Amino acid sequence: MSDLKNFDGLVSIREIEGQGMLVVRGDFSAPAFREAVCALAGVDFPEQRQAVVRDGRGLLWMSPDELMVMLPRAEASRARADLAAKLADQHALVGDVSDARVHFQIEGRVVRETIAKLAPVDMHPDVFAPGTLRRTRFGQVATAVWLLDERTARVFCFRSVRDYMAKLLAVAADEKSEVAYFQK
Amino acid sequence: MLIFTCPYCGVAAEETELAAGGEAHLTRFGPGSSDDDFESYLFTRENPKGVHFERWRHVYGCGKWFHAARCTVSNEVFGTYSAQTTEPTAEIRETISKKRPGWSWRDMNGEG
Ligand SMILES: [Zn+2]
Repeated sequence: MSDLKNFDGLVSIREIEGQGMLVVRGDFSAPAFREAVCALAGVDFPEQRQAVVRDGRGLLWMSPDELMVMLPRAEASRARADLAAKLADQHALVGDVSDARVHFQIEGRVVRETIAKLAPVDMHPDVFAPGTLRRTRFGQVATAVWLLDERTARVFCFRSVRDYMAKLLAVAADEKSEVAYFQK
Repeated sequence: MLIFTCPYCGVAAEETELAAGGEAHLTRFGPGSSDDDFESYLFTRENPKGVHFERWRHVYGCGKWFHAARCTVSNEVFGTYSAQTTEPTAEIRETISKKRPGWSWRDMNGEG
């Protein structure tokens, strides 16, 4: 396991423990579907590519028929069963993917640059606003990322590639590797 | 570099975020079809120098399949459109006619 505890670089990298996550697929135009997921997450329904998350709870727009529900890990299993029951008469699917994903929070002055080094995404402040979720790749693995604010980003990927991602982030945030692209 | 805007999530995705799915708008011939139809469905593909229609998948993004029209010579992208159609939209055909007057592809052309 690649240890990030003592990592000190251009940004801090912290693995988030206890983040639960449900994948939900269904009909975004169905009021009953929207009400059910919003009630569970306690936030408004996200617009296209939006991440609406407060204190580890919220909704992520993943595709036109796929959401992620963010919630504490301890609640995930029960919440999955409750939501599946609520959506039983709809064409919908709910899965608990808490064990299948790993989350990292990266924080610091050059958070945009750290992401830009790894993903084919325009991270310019005029283009990529906080609250926008982007599914993409970091290096060679599927990744999703959103900015909480100008200094903080949340990244998640499959847990099976956790070590690869930890090393990738650490290399991109090596303290001697600053490009200062977005400061120019 | 090839950049397509995914019609499902709106992201301008560059090539490495996508997977190519081959020629678009094929008619599927399955069990009960003639040998000739089945053979051409499996093997006969267009290989044009110029206007081409393809299927692509936003594999590292929203995961959806979509259609794209591009020029195989310059890689100019004419547009992307929904997967839920059996032919290019009128809008795409109009765009291509403006940029490549006299174009044709399979039994399609700029006149309709
Ligand atoms: Zn997409």
